[in-house]
Amino acid sequence: MTGMLEIKNLHASVDGNEILKGIDLTIQPGEVHAIMGPNGSGKSTLARVLAGQEAYEVTAGQVTFEGKDLLEMDPEDRAREGVFMAFQYPVEIPGVGNTYFLKAALNAVRKHRGLQEMDAIEFLKMVRGKMKLVQMDEGLLNRPVNEGFSGGEKKRNEIFHMAVLEPRLCILDETDSGLDIDALRIVADGVNALRAKDRSFLVITHYQRLLNYIVPDYVHVLVDGRFVRSGGKELALELEEKGYSWLEGMAPEHPAAQPVGA
Amino acid sequence: MQTTETSTIEQFAAQDYKFGFVTDVEQETFPPGLNEEVIARLSAKKGEPEWMLEWRLKAYRHWLTMEEPTWANVHYAPIDYQAISYYAAPKPKGSGPKSLEEVDPEILKTYEKLGIPLHERAILAGVAVDAVFDSVSVATTFKEKLAEAGIIFCSFSEAIRNHPELVQEYMGSVVPYSDNYFATLNSAVFSDGSFVYVPKGVRCPMELSTYFRINARNSGQFERTLIIADEGAYVSYLEGCTAPMRDENQLHAAVVELVARKDATIKYSTVQNWYPGDENGKGGIYNFVTKRGKCDGANAKISWTQVETGSAITWKYPSVILKGDHSVGEFYSVALTKGYQQADTGTKMIHIGKDTKSTIVSKGISAGHGQNTYRGSVRILKGADNARNFSQCDSMLIGDQCGAHTFPYIDVQNPTARMEHEATTSKIGEDQIFYCNQRGISTEDAVSMIVNGFCKEVFRELPMEFAVEAQKLLAVNLEGSVG
Repeated sequence: MTGMLEIKNLHASVDGNEILKGIDLTIQPGEVHAIMGPNGSGKSTLARVLAGQEAYEVTAGQVTFEGKDLLEMDPEDRAREGVFMAFQYPVEIPGVGNTYFLKAALNAVRKHRGLQEMDAIEFLKMVRGKMKLVQMDEGLLNRPVNEGFSGGEKKRNEIFHMAVLEPRLCILDETDSGLDIDALRIVADGVNALRAKDRSFLVITHYQRLLNYIVPDYVHVLVDGRFVRSGGKELALELEEKGYSWLEGMAPEHPAAQPVGA
Repeated sequence: MQTTETSTIEQFAAQDYKFGFVTDVEQETFPPGLNEEVIARLSAKKGEPEWMLEWRLKAYRHWLTMEEPTWANVHYAPIDYQAISYYAAPKPKGSGPKSLEEVDPEILKTYEKLGIPLHERAILAGVAVDAVFDSVSVATTFKEKLAEAGIIFCSFSEAIRNHPELVQEYMGSVVPYSDNYFATLNSAVFSDGSFVYVPKGVRCPMELSTYFRINARNSGQFERTLIIADEGAYVSYLEGCTAPMRDENQLHAAVVELVARKDATIKYSTVQNWYPGDENGKGGIYNFVTKRGKCDGANAKISWTQVETGSAITWKYPSVILKGDHSVGEFYSVALTKGYQQADTGTKMIHIGKDTKSTIVSKGISAGHGQNTYRGSVRILKGADNARNFSQCDSMLIGDQCGAHTFPYIDVQNPTARMEHEATTSKIGEDQIFYCNQRGISTEDAVSMIVNGFCKEVFRELPMEFAVEAQKLLAVNLEGSVG
């Protein structure tokens, strides 16, 4: 059985430095996979390669999403197909209202899927419902995208976007970084509310604590561009106890790690 | 990263000008050249009274003693003022148009193409349009309805004939004939333009609008606009501009004077989309314009809003003289330069009265090889107690071949003044575009969205329907900016 997401022997580099050195990963619909790893191991690079950020060059390997060649698609087409990435550092867009932005995004996605564009009234009604899901303050709806948002508000806004756009694959790029425990719980509650049997998650994190709230089906440990260990949710706990140094020696070769992303 | 950013956004310059068509009408054109005889012929052609000719000649003689200014941050080959024709008009059929029905249908078609509501559409839109085609005012709609309210809205030529006392009182009262090289040239050779007078206590019931179009080859357009809002009056005025595509540069040297008396408000909005030249910088309009308003009484308010997307070179500084106590001056500007366009634009706020207040919001967007300069001057004179100014100058760069420059001049002679100045320069980031892409929004829509967001504070000052137009115009101008 082929997965929703199939990654085979993926190699990627930035500015000529190879960061991902052969990733293999299959994600089935409804599964939650966590990727953990030390700083500079390539976690965020993997997220951004999947989302299609141009600065990351794929040098070898294949990625299919629901049977389609993901790497052939422009970033906006990946999004329209149902790949969503919650950014580690959400970008501010001054002067562009959050609602306006989301409506444009949703309608681009709907158009791609052959659905009618949603009108303003219908949209607002739907959005109100989604706001409750992530405990979003209505004030944030009318403010420019991420402008002047606190760290927690930005992350919550990402989950809110996710709730509105209803993607099939959600990639969370260190969504827990910079969050206090209350904000973390709110974000995790939002994610859990979106879990569904046809929606998969790829949760990238440095710390185990997020996985207390978003309980994964699988945990993969990334060291120096390769997975060195995969297992169930208990692997995260073991890692918490023993630290990354426990696994760092397991990388097949060990050149100086390039700090990227994380 | 740098190279991808450039390659994604660089195609900005290549975008077609959509108003470049030429209208085939019979033109009556003076041969190129400028001397006192040409001015006398021009004045006679328009059936002007003696005092008007005298004024023109006075200006012309002064102009001969002046030198073309070179301080602006723009570069162009010397202009040969003898190679320009100073009068071009559609030839009248019979004795000239008396109503819309008599206007050459070809001209009306031109305005149709431009989307100018001359006929019934105008009523629906509630816009009264005075359309200036090359040198003459072709048709003024809604004259009667406005006349009921006592408002005069007509061509400048008509005002000279029918309201000489108002023209003589106010013409040159804000921009004297000797003001500057281009304004003085305009004073000598201006061909037509719009005239508005709103009497005491009258709120003009509709937006007034002028549409300027340069059609003839080798002709300059020297229009002159004079708007007077008497005590307690209110008027909102919009001008729009386009021109056909021509390889040679054409000169547009206009003068706009605004007079707001006690408690009066004038809101003046411009959407300027003159032909900017081709992608190699050939052709295009030289837009050298003097715009100034005077708050001539307590609580008067003058607000300039401009969206400048066209012209090869723009040189203009819509200004306000804050003479009356508690008077208010505002300047909201969006200037987009792409291709090889150059813009040196900004404002002057001159605080004379007590408790006067001015606001400046300037948004410059540069793409391609465009060069965008903000030049502003805020002067607080000795008697201007408690004057306040807020200035904000933001520049946005798209690609790495363009430039943004800011020259704020501040002169404070009264210690009670409060001044605030903010300036930012940003680059449309690949990260912003990628963020939009990741939500399903195409790069082209993303650029348009980001730029419109950047300009929001200015667009919200425009009358609703023109704000929509301005957004569309920016989007059209941004087309092809991304690949």
